[in-house]
Amino acid sequence: MSRNVDLLIIGAGPAGMSAAVTARRHGLDVLVVDEQPAPGGQIWRNVETMAATARGRLLGAAYAEGAGAVTRFRASGAAYEPGTQVWQVEPGPRAYMTRQGATSLVEARCLLLATGAQERPVPFEGWTLPGVLTVGAAQILLKSSGQIPDVPVWIAGNGPLPLLYATQLLKVGGRIAGFLDTTPPDRRRAASRMFPGAVLGAPGDIAKGLVWMATLRRAGVKIVRGVTDIEAIGGQAIERIRYRIASGDDVTVPAQTLLVHEGIVPTIHPTLALGCAHRWDAAQICFAPQLDEWGETSQQDIFVAGDGAGIGGATAAGLRGEIVAIRIAARLGRLSEGQAAASARPARGKLRRALISRPFLDALCGPRHAVLVPNDRTLACRCEEVTVSEIRAQVAYGRPGPNQVKAFTRAGMGPCQGRQCAYTVASILAEAEGRAVPDLGLYRARPPFKPLTIGELAALDETSEAA
Amino acid sequence: MNAPPDTLVIGGGLHGLSAALNLARAGRHVTLVERSWLGRHASGATAAGVRTLNRDPAEIPISLESMEMWRRIERIVGGDCGFHADGQLNVAERQGDVAKLERRLAAMRRAGYTHEELIGRDELLRLVPALSPHCAAALVARNDGAADPHKTLTAFRRAAEAAGVAILEGTSVRAVERKGENWVVRTSARDIAVPVIVNAAGAWAGRVAAMVGDDIPLGVKASMMIVTERIAPLLKPVVSVVGRPLSFKQSGQGTLVIGGGLQGSADIDTQRSTVNFRELAKGARAAHDLFPAIGPVRIVRTWAGIEAKTDDLLPVIGASPNAPGVFHAFGYSGHGFQLVPVVGAIVADLVVRGGTNRNIAGLAPERLMNRQEAA
Ligand SMILES: Cc1cc2nc3c(=O)[nH]c(=O)nc-3n(C[C@H](O)[C@H](O)[C@H](O)COP(=O)(O)OP(=O)(O)OC[C@H]3O[C@@H](n4cnc5c(N)ncnc54)[C@H](O)[C@@H]3O)c2cc1C
Repeated sequence: MSRNVDLLIIGAGPAGMSAAVTARRHGLDVLVVDEQPAPGGQIWRNVETMAATARGRLLGAAYAEGAGAVTRFRASGAAYEPGTQVWQVEPGPRAYMTRQGATSLVEARCLLLATGAQERPVPFEGWTLPGVLTVGAAQILLKSSGQIPDVPVWIAGNGPLPLLYATQLLKVGGRIAGFLDTTPPDRRRAASRMFPGAVLGAPGDIAKGLVWMATLRRAGVKIVRGVTDIEAIGGQAIERIRYRIASGDDVTVPAQTLLVHEGIVPTIHPTLALGCAHRWDAAQICFAPQLDEWGETSQQDIFVAGDGAGIGGATAAGLRGEIVAIRIAARLGRLSEGQAAASARPARGKLRRALISRPFLDALCGPRHAVLVPNDRTLACRCEEVTVSEIRAQVAYGRPGPNQVKAFTRAGMGPCQGRQCAYTVASILAEAEGRAVPDLGLYRARPPFKPLTIGELAALDETSEAA
Repeated sequence: MNAPPDTLVIGGGLHGLSAALNLARAGRHVTLVERSWLGRHASGATAAGVRTLNRDPAEIPISLESMEMWRRIERIVGGDCGFHADGQLNVAERQGDVAKLERRLAAMRRAGYTHEELIGRDELLRLVPALSPHCAAALVARNDGAADPHKTLTAFRRAAEAAGVAILEGTSVRAVERKGENWVVRTSARDIAVPVIVNAAGAWAGRVAAMVGDDIPLGVKASMMIVTERIAPLLKPVVSVVGRPLSFKQSGQGTLVIGGGLQGSADIDTQRSTVNFRELAKGARAAHDLFPAIGPVRIVRTWAGIEAKTDDLLPVIGASPNAPGVFHAFGYSGHGFQLVPVVGAIVADLVVRGGTNRNIAGLAPERLMNRQEAA
């Protein structure tokens, strides 16, 4: 089955929904698809159902804001198809997708990728043991099914999400065994120099962080600063955690659940698949698609908005979605260039303000070196079980890049498509070869970038070949 | 290692490696240059089927000898190539297709070949219990099989290096000039002067040939592959089907590897290839029809590998008629993996002894060359 639309939006989070609302206001024929069963994206996951409940109210004001955004999106007149896996996008633009077992092709005049971010993989010894998961995954359970871990959890990491999750968890009655803050001391120092600017520019953001911290302290949560060298130990599942504290001593504690998080990075599988140009963001230590001031990629008619364009948070995502949609309306003849520039101006002003505290957050929240280049015994690729030392051994053969290492070690060949090891492998090689990650690049994207079955692909074959 | 090279192999695919290995063992001082990295193109993208079944008669003599070599490949290269001889089958779904197989078999028997055999439905389902019972019969080559491309590349690389081959990755040939008795090869790294050049540049071999004055028209293939998640053991032989684009097997890792020559697109200049899912769906359909149980198996990745294609789909193996000391080995048109061991030996024959007893009569470059040029 093949369809045509003016604008296809992949992702119904803050960016995708706001773009849909704006594009509909200009009369475009809009289709929004998302793999989740309901609109809201990561931050407002399941907000339509949860916001009204007692537990939902405890998730905080930022979460509650989502209800309004979702209502506006629902009323916009955009076609919305939840539960859709988009597994390939191509210049055209066109996108292949699967929904309820049916496979289809959408040809769009413009494509907006509002696919957000993913958590930066955090490889360390024992990270594949049952009982170790990411803070993001735990938060999804909390939002989508109200699930609270039945044992006290250890939280280890840095950045806003672990703090936010910890406070959400406490409010809904969860228990925290300890909070291991992995923010490196040098980052703390560097960030402190930007602190005054951030406080003046975005007092709300900074206050939020301080409130979260205070909430943890008040609840008597044990907070350990400057933690490094975390290891999960256990047989069938995690039993203990060992970590190093600032003094250099190792501490071992019993643990049944360990949640880790070292920040988020833009989802770039779709733009890689499209062959779009990417840039290296040194502040956020990640690749992001190269975009013009309207969010258009190096491929004509293909746009990116939201955290997929570079981590900026929900408010920035919504504004970027609005700006992109204005540009698309102009591209499709609904606005003149001048009208587009004028109508984007207010959103651009708000976007600047929304991003004011970013330099401070970027300086504070980067991963420590061992997250990028773990010790030799750590599994770099968990799907194919390839260790860091096996990757390093490849350096004996010339100066290999990630694709060569993938071919010869199988790292990155598993079902996660290299999402879990692309940065790790690139960082290991860069360090071992004295090169920079942006010079090495990442794995070439090999479609499909979402799971697709043989049966679903076969269903795309329209040449009826009756046996 | 220290002696200056007397032989330059252009192309670090399996054919370049096999030629370099055989030449070094025959006493030549070999340097191999590869523009990207070993196995970047066809030899890394390949399905790695080791097949004598259904070969063109012009290739059968060397293909059968190559099969003998595959059987002792570990001893030849001193390392594991992941080779398994579990047979290859060409399945007929309908009675009408069985007649095709019978005609093929009769032609093989007339030519005196016995490596192909026709089996009925019962024997077919015994060999491949997972196959849909609608299949009627198959042609089988029981000694055929498949290997692991990256293990094969690693084994050939190590053997070639042990034999003294100097391998320069990330080095591309840009121009070739005649200077006295030598060819001066201008590479992205440095100039290399040698009396002998082996052109094993795969899809780009036509360009290398043109650098020494040989005009050999080449087409491009961009054959697509599907690899799935690992599943429990499903089948051992490699299965293809009459009249449908399918080659189907399970790798040593447990993944299903599905090919069959469906074409994506390739850009020779940028060395990029693109998968065409509408086309690829035909392969998924064929696989699903033959193995109904695999519908829910997840696809992990797909790709298209770039390779040269000749007009008659046969490789070009032989000395250049125009350029002294230049030897061509390319144009495998989608089925050169199996020929890797033997063609390396043939190239060494041609370079070191000036000729070969192996039958390559139908594969000479002249057959494809522009008349005036070849004269
Ligand atoms: C998807 C696919 C499936 C296949 N399945 C099978 C199968 O099942 N059975 C079978 O027998 N065969 C199969 N084949 C064919 C087989 O893989 C190839 O015939 C074989 O690998 C060709 O090897 P090669 O060394 O000639 O080419 P390649 O491996 O392509 O090597 C050529 C090398 O030359 C380099 N090069 C080019 N120009 C220059 C230059 N100017 N300077 C330096 N280096 C240069 C390239 O970078 C490249 O690495 C398949 C091929 C593909 C693509």
